[in-house]
Amino acid sequence: MRLQLSPELEAFREEMRTFFTTQIPQDIRDTVAARRHVSKEHYVRTQRILNAAGLAVPHWPVEWGGRDWTPLQRHIWREEMQLANVPEPLAFNASMIGPVLAAFGNQEQKERFLAKTANLDIWWCQGFSEPDAGSDLASLRTPAVRDGDDWVVNGQKTWTTLGQHADWIFCLVRTDPTAEKRQRGISLLVFPMDSPGVTLRPIELLDGSFEVNEVFFEDVRVPAENLIGEENRGWDYAKFLLGNERVGIARVGATKRLLAQAKEYARATTVDGRPLAEDPRMAGRIAEVENELLALELTALRVVANSADGRPHPASSVLKLRGSELQQAATELIVDIAGPLSVASYAEEGSDVPDWARVATPEYLNYRKVSIYGGSNEVQRTIIAGTILGL
Amino acid sequence: MDFDFDSEQNDLRVAVRGLLERAYGDAEQRRKVVAQDPGFDEKTWSRLAEMGLLGLPFAEEDGGMGAGPLEVAIVAEEVGRVLAPEPFVEAVVLAGGVVAAVGTAVQRAEVLGPLAEGASVLAFAHAEPGTRWSPSASAVTATQDGGTWRLTGVKEPVPNGARADVLVVSAVTDGATALFLVRGDAEGLTRTGYRTHDGGRAANVRFDGTPAELLGEGTGDRTAEVEQMLAAARIAYSHEAIGAMDTALRTTAEYLKTRKQFGVTLNRFQALTFRAADMYIGLELARSTALWASMVADAGGDVVSAADRARLQTSRAGRHIGKEAIQLHGGIGVTAEYKVGHYTSRLTAIDHLLGDGDWALARLASGVTAYETVDPLGAPYTP
Repeated sequence: MRLQLSPELEAFREEMRTFFTTQIPQDIRDTVAARRHVSKEHYVRTQRILNAAGLAVPHWPVEWGGRDWTPLQRHIWREEMQLANVPEPLAFNASMIGPVLAAFGNQEQKERFLAKTANLDIWWCQGFSEPDAGSDLASLRTPAVRDGDDWVVNGQKTWTTLGQHADWIFCLVRTDPTAEKRQRGISLLVFPMDSPGVTLRPIELLDGSFEVNEVFFEDVRVPAENLIGEENRGWDYAKFLLGNERVGIARVGATKRLLAQAKEYARATTVDGRPLAEDPRMAGRIAEVENELLALELTALRVVANSADGRPHPASSVLKLRGSELQQAATELIVDIAGPLSVASYAEEGSDVPDWARVATPEYLNYRKVSIYGGSNEVQRTIIAGTILGL
Repeated sequence: MDFDFDSEQNDLRVAVRGLLERAYGDAEQRRKVVAQDPGFDEKTWSRLAEMGLLGLPFAEEDGGMGAGPLEVAIVAEEVGRVLAPEPFVEAVVLAGGVVAAVGTAVQRAEVLGPLAEGASVLAFAHAEPGTRWSPSASAVTATQDGGTWRLTGVKEPVPNGARADVLVVSAVTDGATALFLVRGDAEGLTRTGYRTHDGGRAANVRFDGTPAELLGEGTGDRTAEVEQMLAAARIAYSHEAIGAMDTALRTTAEYLKTRKQFGVTLNRFQALTFRAADMYIGLELARSTALWASMVADAGGDVVSAADRARLQTSRAGRHIGKEAIQLHGGIGVTAEYKVGHYTSRLTAIDHLLGDGDWALARLASGVTAYETVDPLGAPYTP
């Protein structure tokens, strides 16, 4: 039991902090700090700077650009990135398909994709959910039928995040509809988004943003060499992929930043001649969320400190669930601090409402997603009740 | 940064758990013990002394083991796990801790030695009607009469106040809070003991010109020392609460797997299993915070603020888990014959003895916008 970081880790943390705050362009970090729209160009520019410094995919195998760091080092890397308002390496590339290709792809696929994936030369998107397969992902239907040297894909995916920017899609398809266990008839295919027969329809979200899409497939021909791993083993790869970053999903650093901003806004907001920060009830709400966040951060540290042997710590399931709740609590707090100004969501020039108050409600509404994606909080409770409590 | 206990600490846990399991693994045994005064088992108290636990945090030259907050945390959690009624936190961590922090070398040897040997029970007589969770005294006053200090006023509730061989008493003199030792057989001392809802004992302790020995040198204000020791006890209580919550949750999960209604076991109802999952989340978040607070104490960080954080988190979790443990059991959870409700009762007492969650929150809130973020890895932690 020791509280402090070792001198080596303290130096590592300082190195990360210095890099992120000096090497990532200020305009990008300002955009993240202002909670404004992060563009494709922002993501690409950032990831290439990170990749050039070996900081885009440290969790990958060393021969493909990884750094052989401990889980605690990775935790520090991610936290410092979030605290410095740096857009994280694109999750679809860095956390999802990259590690799957490195673990299950053949040599040719690794050489073809991994370097470009790390550098965001290829922008990947995810074809997992379907209109009738949400939390119950294993019920997905999109069939891929073998025809000569190709797979022919028909059907529809949905909730494909940032698919509008994507060059390639990794897609779960049903290759054996007769399999006794439905998880056994699923395969993982990758193909370009400009393949004939692929169409994309953006879905407008509550905050007016366009993040997710529906993707339709009509007789899309995918060469057999684009199957990742073994036929009908796609479910295993999906589970590997989704379980890969259970720790990072707590997003403690990002919520810390939101909370620091909430304090700043509460100090700057005057109510009846006094700063809102001095209202005991408001200060109490901030302090309570902050303490919950501390508890979550400490739990994340417990998990990373104990996951060196490869098995996830039982408490890791808490991270996604509580992490999403606290992200939501922080955005809700900021809306409440904005008060009546929070309705000026789409105000442009000519409004006296500060920028932070304009983005408050759209972000709060947008963040309802975080307790739904990546395995909804109800799915997480089912996991905790079943695998931890044996219920 | 390391959350693992070392092998000696793990051995300590195994030994304490073995001792306390033998004594209270059967909940019926605990019921028998707490039904009679002094509310704990003198033999078990002696066995704790033989294992060195009653002198655990004290310096070896004072008759202690020279262990730190992490070892205290282990023992407190094991006490909570079986609801052992022996006053480890109250007598050793708090009352003994005050003597260790403030007493002269002679006083430390005279008071802590017998405490560590199990020959003497200590109680901290500090709470006063009309105040709550203050580090200062106000209602009990101390005056010097010739060469003798005399105390006047009332302390209540004083945990184990009637049984204690030596009382450590806070009192006001010249506007400052000073600390005193009072022997249980002192003249002008009236103690009226009673049972508490959690099986413990507390007392009304009345001083009427009672002779007392000044603890430590000089009559300077001891509020800061009291606050430090209250913080250490709050952290220890957090661990005792973690132990109790752990058992309450495991007992509840076991019950859901075995109790049948509507022809199926209760774990078939998602409305119940989701609530058990939420209890687990609360427990693990509180456990992380309590462990961290003990590490802050061990590293010499800001123990008062860390204790407030642990107190807030365990207060919220303790109430949640305590109430849900009863609700998920149904009627049997409200009976005295079944064990789970006693865990709720004890968690409720722990929550109110040294400061509840809202109280800790108010303290944390008062300065919350003055700094930007909390860095738990900061060395040593300061808010």
